[in-house]
Amino acid sequence: MKALVWHGKEDIRCDTVTDPEIQDPRDAIIKVTSCAICGSDLHLFHNFIPGMLPGDIMGHETMGEVVEVGSGVDGKLKKGDRIVVPFTIICGECDQCKRGNFSVCETTNRKRHLADKVFGHTTAGLFGYTHLTGGYPGGQAEYLRVPFADATHIKVPPGIPDEQLLFLSDIFPTGWQAAAQCDIEPTDTVAIWGCGPVGQMAIRSAILLGANQVIAIDCLPERLSMAEAGGATTINFETESVVERLQELTDGRGPEKCIDCVGMEAHVMPSLPDTLLDRAKQMVMAESDRPHVLREMIYVCRPGGIISVAGVYSGLSDMLPMGAFMNKGLTMRTGQTHVNRWTDDLLRRIEEGEIDPSFVITHTVPLAQGPEMYQVFRDKRDSCVKVVLKP
Amino acid sequence: MFHFSNIVRTKGDPKIVEGGPSLKQPADQLARALGWFSIGLGVVELFAPRRVTHTLGMEGHETLVRTFGVREIVAGIMSLSVDKNAGLWARVGGDGLDAAALLSGLTADNPKKGNIALALLMVGGIAVLDYRAAQDTKPQRPPRDARRKLYPNRSGFPKGIESARTAARQIAAHAKTNEVKQGDERRVP
Repeated sequence: MKALVWHGKEDIRCDTVTDPEIQDPRDAIIKVTSCAICGSDLHLFHNFIPGMLPGDIMGHETMGEVVEVGSGVDGKLKKGDRIVVPFTIICGECDQCKRGNFSVCETTNRKRHLADKVFGHTTAGLFGYTHLTGGYPGGQAEYLRVPFADATHIKVPPGIPDEQLLFLSDIFPTGWQAAAQCDIEPTDTVAIWGCGPVGQMAIRSAILLGANQVIAIDCLPERLSMAEAGGATTINFETESVVERLQELTDGRGPEKCIDCVGMEAHVMPSLPDTLLDRAKQMVMAESDRPHVLREMIYVCRPGGIISVAGVYSGLSDMLPMGAFMNKGLTMRTGQTHVNRWTDDLLRRIEEGEIDPSFVITHTVPLAQGPEMYQVFRDKRDSCVKVVLKP
Repeated sequence: MFHFSNIVRTKGDPKIVEGGPSLKQPADQLARALGWFSIGLGVVELFAPRRVTHTLGMEGHETLVRTFGVREIVAGIMSLSVDKNAGLWARVGGDGLDAAALLSGLTADNPKKGNIALALLMVGGIAVLDYRAAQDTKPQRPPRDARRKLYPNRSGFPKGIESARTAARQIAAHAKTNEVKQGDERRVP
């Protein structure tokens, strides 16, 4: 089959690889009908997250049709079923899964000894996302083996196009959790840093969860226009001061809730010296993340407020203003999203026409064009916001 | 490289049968080679400056050579990073500094001026490669003033934003009413 394979920094190729096989009775194989490039795939493209090996198949936003099931799937899936594959592989049986904390499933990371060493405790296995999270082959391919398939799936009905359902795999529940864990109240202002695909979903989620005002921060006109279309007031951080504008828009109080949809690769600008220093340190491997957004959120958030981190961080962040964080009594909530905790509700909202996540797609191309789309997406060429690949 | 990682791959996981075309261009390979060359030269300059100054007949300039060594290492690391273009331009600038320093040692009384001339020739050759690589690895990002598509009609709410806001307000009001009711019930002795 064809698959997008990581060969090193900035080197992804469309290779011919062997087809996946059932390895465990709880496995299923799907024929991929749609998959997408995620913003966090760019961290792997840049080799900023350790643990990739040449030959690893990329991709963790995937859906398709079941073509083979293992004997242990217990009738929960059958050939022909249409499923969206959550990026977090879950067993459904461990203590964390039972608590709904699916992204920290204790069972599915088959290389948990690495995660135990790096993070202190293992997290769930993830598709196409480094050997720290199991080294599972990803879904930017014609076929995908789904381990623990009896639990790791979202069954979706026929009649709704892939484009509306695909993002249940990651970015929609990621944006949703980012907003949900803010405990939004009707009087709240929610400020969202980053108007990439997850940021766009977080904006819509904050609206659906009843925020009084949503403010979106980015520098790209196409993303800001999409954010505005979704109901946000926008701030272009290249032309205006984020701190001053947020103060203005909240009568000097600061936003009650702040959401980071940027993560470890914050924009580097000479007018923001901390970003230059972070970049220099990142280059010589003295720091793994560029946490400018975290610093800004802590500074500007209203005392007693909540900071929600959906953007991916990989390791060590320097110079976080813990004094302000502590003295302002802020709460920080983080995590890879617990996909299956949210998807019943989100699927219902899609079915009822409350939201249509396909609004974010700007490019749809065949799988073979995937490698060059990584570059287009990374460079924000052709006003690219979200790429869907068709195997 | 993938042949090695195929060996360590979990049994049953897909293995590469035939590689597809690489995204890497010759300029990327050149940048990588120049990056490693820069680091190698920098290490020599940093740790063996006397050997360098002796070869060039420029004894007494060891501190300058060490400084240049640090510069080479930094530019080399940048050339190997995703910001390789900045690293390569830093190298082009560094080539200028190298040439200026060498020219200052090209005096009639320097018995090793032949070595300096040779070094100048090498710096010139490397500078051409650095410049070429810097030109060919220019970031493909569109300029700030480029025309961009805007997406003012992509709300994502098929029933409209106001409908989404109203539904959210109704749910919140309903939740509030329930909370008050539950609170009242709790107060009942």
